[in-house]
Formats: sequence, C-alpha cells, structure tokens
Amino acid sequence: MTTTARNGRSPAQRDGTDGLVHGLGVFSLALGTAQVAAPDAVARLAGVRGDRPAHRATTVAYGVRELVQGAGILGGRGKSTWVRTRIAGDVLDIATVLAGGARNGVSRTRLGLTLAALAGVTAADVAAARRLAREADDGGEGRAVAAITVNRSCAEVYRHWRNLENLPTFMAHLRSVRVDPAGRSHWEAVGPAGTTVRWDAEIVADREDEELSWRSVEGADVENSGSVRFRDAAGGRGTEIVVDLRYRPPGGRTGALVAKLLGEEPNQQLRDDLRRFKQVLEIGEVVRSEGSPTGQSTRQQIAQRPAQPVA
Amino acid sequence: MRANCWTGKRSVEVRDVPDPTILNRRDAIVKITSTAICGSDLHLYNGLIPTMREGDVLGHEFMGEVVETGPGVDNLSVGDRVVVPFPIACGVCGACERGLTSLCENSNPNAGIAEKMMGHSPAALFGYSHMLGGYPGGQAEYARVPFADFGALKVESELPDEKVLFLSDIFPTGYMGADMAEVGPGDVVAVWGAGPVGQFAIASCFLRGAERVIAIDRIDYRLRMAQETGAETLDYEQVSVPEALAEMTGGRGPDKCIDAVGMEAHHANGALHAYDRTKQAVGVETERPHVLREAIASCANGGIVSVIGVYGGLTDKFPMGSFMNRSLTMRAGQCHVHRYMPRLLDHVRNGDIDPSFVITHRLPLGQAPQGYRTFVEKADGCEKVVLTP
Repeated sequence: MTTTARNGRSPAQRDGTDGLVHGLGVFSLALGTAQVAAPDAVARLAGVRGDRPAHRATTVAYGVRELVQGAGILGGRGKSTWVRTRIAGDVLDIATVLAGGARNGVSRTRLGLTLAALAGVTAADVAAARRLAREADDGGEGRAVAAITVNRSCAEVYRHWRNLENLPTFMAHLRSVRVDPAGRSHWEAVGPAGTTVRWDAEIVADREDEELSWRSVEGADVENSGSVRFRDAAGGRGTEIVVDLRYRPPGGRTGALVAKLLGEEPNQQLRDDLRRFKQVLEIGEVVRSEGSPTGQSTRQQIAQRPAQPVA
Repeated sequence: MRANCWTGKRSVEVRDVPDPTILNRRDAIVKITSTAICGSDLHLYNGLIPTMREGDVLGHEFMGEVVETGPGVDNLSVGDRVVVPFPIACGVCGACERGLTSLCENSNPNAGIAEKMMGHSPAALFGYSHMLGGYPGGQAEYARVPFADFGALKVESELPDEKVLFLSDIFPTGYMGADMAEVGPGDVVAVWGAGPVGQFAIASCFLRGAERVIAIDRIDYRLRMAQETGAETLDYEQVSVPEALAEMTGGRGPDKCIDAVGMEAHHANGALHAYDRTKQAVGVETERPHVLREAIASCANGGIVSVIGVYGGLTDKFPMGSFMNRSLTMRAGQCHVHRYMPRLLDHVRNGDIDPSFVITHRLPLGQAPQGYRTFVEKADGCEKVVLTP
C-alpha cells in the first residue's frame, strides 16, 4: 500500500507543501540573521524605533527565536510543530509592533506596511500548518511492527502461531480466538477503557513455515489486518519473526492518543507480546516477577508493584 | 518474613513482607542461611540506579536451603544446599546457550524499560531495580529463585557458607574481570579498586598465572589486604597513577587493566572530582568515569581494559583518541556467573583460595541498615558485610 493511496493526496500536492514549508524555514533564517546582525536597521524598516538598549535587545531576542525556528523547520523532524511555533511568533511580532508603534509615535505608513507584511506571513504559516496536519492525517490508521528471534525451528514457531487459538496466551489485549470449521476465526479483545471489541477474520495468505496474513471481514468493531513472517536466523540461531499489524482504532486518532496515554503504545505492546511468545515457546510459560506478576506487559511496566513477594 | 527493603536514597529498612510463593514452574523457594551486601548495592543505596521503588527487597548475593520446588524443577530436592547466581537466567535462550547468562533473553519481564534506556535489555538481576526485572532480592529470610534448575548450584555440606557464598557474585565477577582481560602467565595487571570485587580480581589474576598485579586504591586496609594476596599497591592520593604505573613497568604500562570501581569513582584531584561529581548530581552524566579514563591512559599499547565495575548510563570525556590510536581492547559486562561457578567451586574445594578472606563484618539481618552505613562510609575497616537471617 503506498502512502498516496492511503490518504488520497498526490505527490504534486506534497511537493507544494514541502516548498512552502522550506520557504518559511529560509525566511526565518534570513530575518533572524538580519535581526541579530543589524537590529537597529530592522527596527527602523519595521517602523519602530530601535535605538534604545531595551529595544535592541528585544529585536535581537526575536532574531534568535527566528533562527531557532528556521533551523527547526529545515532540520527535518517535527516540521509541523516548528511551523506552529512560527504562528505563535507571528502573533507576538504583531503585538510587539503595535505596542512599539503606539508608544513611539512613528510613521503610520511604515507601521501599516509592516503590519500588512506580518499578516501575510501569518497567513502563509497558517496555510503551511494546515497542509502539514492534513498530510499527517492517515485517517486514524495505526500500525505496529516488531521483530524477535526465537531459539526454535521455523516449523515449530510457524505451527504455534498458525494455531490462532494460541495467540491469547501471549498477546496481552486478546481475550480469545476461536476458529470455526470453515476456517474463519472469531476474535475478542480488550478495547479502550476495558470495553470488549469483536471481529471476524479470514486468512489471506498462508505459506507454511514462511508467512501468515489475515484481515478482519465486514462488521468488525476494529478493522484490522496483520502479517507475520518467519525466516531462519543466521548462524542457526532459530527463527526470526517479523509481525506487521494495521488497525483503525475505535475513536480514530483521538482513540489512538487516549490509548497511548494509558500506556498502550502499539509498538511497545507488540514487542512485549513477542517477548511473551518467545517465553512460551522457549520455556513453556510466561515469566513473572514480583514487580510484574502477570509477566511482560506494557501497562504493568509503568505501574510496577514493589519488588516484594506477592501476598 | 523479615526482609531488608530500599526505602529511598541513603535509606534501607528491615520490614515484615509476605513470604515468597512459587510463580513459575521452574521456581524454588530457598530459606536463606547467608547473604551479603555488595558494593553495587551501594549504588542503589546512593540513589544512582534508576527505577527503584520504595519497599523493594534488596540483595543479590545469597545462599541457603531449598524448602519448596515448582513442578518444573527436577534436579533439586527439599533440603538441598544451594548458592544462587545473581543474574536470573533461563538456560535455553540464545544468550544462555552461548554462556552469556547475564544477558538472558527471557528473564526480564520489564525488558521494555531496559530497552528504552540501553537499546536492548540484559538479564534480570535479583533485587536490582525494576528496569532489571523487579525481582525481590536475598537480604531476607526466604527468596523465590526463578529457573532454579538452571541457576542454583548445589554445594556439599562440608564447605561452610563463608567459603561458598561469594560464588553468587563477587568471586566470579572478579574472575571474569581477569578472564575478559585474557590474563595469563607473564602478564602485568593493574586493578583499580581494592574493594571485595577488586580483591577477587587480584586473586583471580594470580590463579590464572599473572606475574605481577598492581592494586590501586586510597584506603590503607584495602591496600594491605591486596598485599597479603601478593599484589603491589599504589595509593592514588599519594602518586600520579599513570606515571607510577609507567615507572613500575619500564615505561610500557600494564598489559591488562581491570576497572573494579565503576560509576562512583573518586579522584585525587579535588577539582577533577568536583567536575564529574557536579555533573552527576545534576544528572547530565550518570557516571564519574575517573577510573575508566585513567585505565585507558595507563594501559600498554595493544592492551586490554576489562570493566567489571558497574556503570549506569552516560559517560563524558571518554578518551577515544588514546583508545583507538593505541589499539586497545575493552571488554565489559555483568558477570555470567553460571559459566564460572563450577570451576571456581573446584578452586575452593582444592584449597587454591579461601574466599572468606574479604569478610570483615558479620551481622544479623536485622542490622542490615547499620551494615550499609558502615560499608558506604568505609568505617571500621569495612571490606565485606555478611548478614545472617
């Protein structure tokens, strides 16, 4: 599945956003450099008097802010957060120019031009932020990927997984899986806030000792699909397992966010599930400590019991 | 039962806690006859290891008598006398199969926390933070020993507790320091730290045929103990260690350097000590890596630096240039105790070594808090505290 198909935006639209965001980053750097290097000149141009030390310090501080934002935007990660800080900066700039203009009684024309320019920049920032937010919105689809090595043969590992009714013994959020004679499986899992979610699933790919894929069918509480691949680990070290889960959590993005706050970070949860799977295959049961008496669990790792015997 | 619990920075308390019960098939419950305070417990005591919780039962050096076994334990019976290795290891995962039991892939149910801090998780340890498992320790009357069929080492009753207790940690740890440094006949070895682990590192170097061992510390009685084992000694408050080591080795430096100190090192130069002490206090580095820096600077070209002192997180001013350009090797690790226990038990049986030489204090379990205080202050000639429940 390509990203374009996922949220229905063309590469051309993406390029447009990239250009706008990049431009804002360069603009921040240029303005910041000017404010730091020649604060008086910038202040005069903007129509405010900047010759007193306090004024000059303000202009320089704003310049530093622009430099940081420019670097943040061009730096790569978290672009949308940095663009949003630019909007906050715009508001601050407008307030400062208005206050400065009122107090110092400078050229009305120049002040007007400056405010118009600031309004234009603000509009560009808002447009860029909205576009970035739209592109980040994947329609609420969640994805979790994790891998582990199990010191057992592909055949044994595959067999254990292929019996879907085994999955609840190591996947923390599953209550039960039942397979009917027609090969369709009925799943019950713990949803947000302790609710029960149900769905039916069908196997869509099954290559013995290599791969198993499944997806939910019509009417699922949580639309989801998944695949697990098995391959021999180098050096006879058993089997490498890679699991890839995709799902649309109930409540969309908000639901996913709430789940995260409750400690249900999907990648971590899947890694913990796989560690339990490894324990079940290698040792025959889930390993418990007094701090984590129910074994590997993402939520329990946050809310530990003291390391004292369980009464 | 009574158990010594961590109750906060610089505070431990003997409390009543529930008796342990079997939680997994391969568990055994051991009635503890002897347990000890380890130098690494002092890192917990000083609040330097993250993810401790109030009420955690401490202690990872213990031995005792099996009083109950889970259905998956077929090689131990009630009444067996056992020494328990401090790392918890399953014996069947890839790491255990290679003998790297302090890296067991299955024993840490809180691997997710350790992974966030270290990239990958090592094995769980008894009584050593929640990041490393959240298992209660052995400074108690009883302990649950997971994977007892793989971990617990049976010992015959002729050997008294004090001769075999340290097979749980400090003797194998010291030995692994020498093993990782590939110490052998003809070697000159420098050992930083003449605490209990340093003493066993020194003794192990001699067991492996080292020609000369130089112990570095600042505490008189510890240096004297090292001398009794046959080591030459340096007091780092009196001399510049790299200069003295160069002089003692014809300018080459020691072939092998063992760091038996770790994250809470002291430095003779007050300003240098304050530099790292301050950074550690405000949390911008977790270690005071004086020993690591000095060991790298002192080690002979092409030599090996072996690290058995405990580190917790991030180190500043690591002398990478010296390390790389002089073809040094560094090896490190929590001890893979299971791998070393049988051969070291043989050394004890044969009378090659009597590990009880480090014991200076014997206290009832109820006086554990006093034991911690005496040990951390190095008061009253304290080298090693053994507690009896």
